[in-house]
Amino acid sequence: MTGAAPLLEVRNLVKHFPVGGGLFGGPRGIVRAVDGVSFEIRRGETLGLVGESGCGKTTTGRCILQLERPTSGQVLFEGRDLTTLDEAELRPVRRKIQVIFQDPYSSLNPRMTVGQIIAEPLAVHGIEPDRTARGDRVRDLLRRVGLLPQHADRYPHEMSGGQRQRVGIARALAMEPALIICDEPVSALDVSIQAQIINLLEDLQAELGLTYLFIAHDLAVVRHISDRVAVMYLGRIVEMTDRKSLYDEPLHPYTRALLAAVPIPDPELEARRERVVLGGEVPSPLNPPAGCVFHPRCPIVVDRCRAEVPPLREVKPGHWAACFLA
Amino acid sequence: MVRAVDDVSWDIAEGETVALVGESGCGKSVSALSVMRLVPSPGGRIVSGKIVFKGRNLLDLSEEEMRRVRGREIAMIFQEPMTSLNPVLTVGRQLTEGLEIHLGMSSADARRRAMELMAMVGIPDTARRLSQYPHQFSGGMRQRIMIAMALSCQPSLVLADEPTTALDVTIQAQILELMKDLSRRLGVAMLIITHNLGVVARYADRVNVMYAGRIIERGTAREIYANPRHPYTLGLLRSVPRLDEPRRERLAPIDGQPPDLTRLPPGCAFVPRCAFRVDRCLEQAPALRPVAADGHVAACWEADRVTRQTAEASR
Repeated sequence: MTGAAPLLEVRNLVKHFPVGGGLFGGPRGIVRAVDGVSFEIRRGETLGLVGESGCGKTTTGRCILQLERPTSGQVLFEGRDLTTLDEAELRPVRRKIQVIFQDPYSSLNPRMTVGQIIAEPLAVHGIEPDRTARGDRVRDLLRRVGLLPQHADRYPHEMSGGQRQRVGIARALAMEPALIICDEPVSALDVSIQAQIINLLEDLQAELGLTYLFIAHDLAVVRHISDRVAVMYLGRIVEMTDRKSLYDEPLHPYTRALLAAVPIPDPELEARRERVVLGGEVPSPLNPPAGCVFHPRCPIVVDRCRAEVPPLREVKPGHWAACFLA
Repeated sequence: MVRAVDDVSWDIAEGETVALVGESGCGKSVSALSVMRLVPSPGGRIVSGKIVFKGRNLLDLSEEEMRRVRGREIAMIFQEPMTSLNPVLTVGRQLTEGLEIHLGMSSADARRRAMELMAMVGIPDTARRLSQYPHQFSGGMRQRIMIAMALSCQPSLVLADEPTTALDVTIQAQILELMKDLSRRLGVAMLIITHNLGVVARYADRVNVMYAGRIIERGTAREIYANPRHPYTLGLLRSVPRLDEPRRERLAPIDGQPPDLTRLPPGCAFVPRCAFRVDRCLEQAPALRPVAADGHVAACWEADRVTRQTAEASR
């Protein structure tokens, strides 16, 4: 990699949500959804963010967009700290950071045609003020995402899940973004369609030089699409490295447990495979354990893990892990 | 009219785990709901067929007789435990209800049995947990309760409809290990409905693959994965990225869209997406026929040509 400045840099991001007091004004709690997360994404790169539900990966994405204002920390996009900008200043920035959601159906207005859905941001942001040119642009975008010009007249409910996700992608592309946050973009789709959408995202990245933050829980999909991967657990990054090192030599016991839990579509292999089933459940972010947040489930826990939080450290060049024993 | 399930036959033996695999709308859930005679009505109905359970055709039973089969002899586990548990009843009440109704237990006995069941599925602190409501449990714990409820009356058959789809991968592994272990120890026949090919590979003895309301391939799990003979099965297996193999430059999706059940083509329903199609496929729907040993059948005219190598070459 060159020494060029990263497109996005997240530094010590913290997002705490206060939860309402009890019925009788009992003590309020704090959900530590994101608790000190740092990473960077270089231009043209895909960073995968994996973890189980409630680990804070979606909140991290929302904090980057400033849809949630972080409790503390910095979000540097093209060198500017977005946390210091007000709503008016954020408007042009939001154009450059787009999101693709998990459920394209609930993120598309059911009363608008596909053409209107894609044209709206072009008009609102003044990207294409001329009506005729806007129509051309919509057709061009539809073609880019593998749909036909006549799809512009359809409504979202007339399309399949995969087609709707293509519409969601076209709408994001309409803004000519630099960064796209893909939040579980294929997990609601049928298996045979997932591969279509992943190939499309890769093609678009190659054509348009896009940068992706790819948030997902499917480790196989994340390995396929990402250049580097960060693994989150209970609001923290526990391991981060390039995709090859992460899958070939995972250093954190949680990463190893995650990889072991993924069933492989081959009965012969599965019959020979050793079962390592991680016990227990993810603790509540309302009351995270002291020391290493993973220690209550960790198969190799030592005394120190119960008392001290292991920092994310560079164990090997470019391979970071938050574990004393890594 | 939508033919959600069209001429589907499958069987399951005692202590066996059979998978019903397919994508959304392929008819796998309706097929299982039919066994329970729970196809929503009005709207759906079973037009024809037989459901033979321990020698009796369930479709001939009265509603009263069927109620004794449901829960007692055949139990069901659903995908989303939060929507299938009653939010205003304690977990203990929901566990003991079946025991009292189906097995005629006294409330004290039922309570004791409910605690045993909770311990069996790995829920600690059973006495306290029994008086809690579903919302006080995590997703994984709720699914354990569903499993405990399903097994409470010692059914011979459990129909599990996407039992772990809503769960995280480490919890999914826990739940599936638990189900497999219970099925082995108690000799329960387990039908797992899923779209997850990894889950099938890990847990199923035999596999039925469904597409557009029909079973298009069936065989032992080993045979289906090693030697898929229907282009759809082959396409599914090829389209998922795998952690045990080197990363491929590009994924191999199945082209086209999932079938629209209201507008199925006259011949084989997979034709619009099939790389192996010949003229005959457009006119005649192929029936299941033997393609290899061990009861491996596939519904494809060109099954002899369908292999991983030819699929690679046809791209």
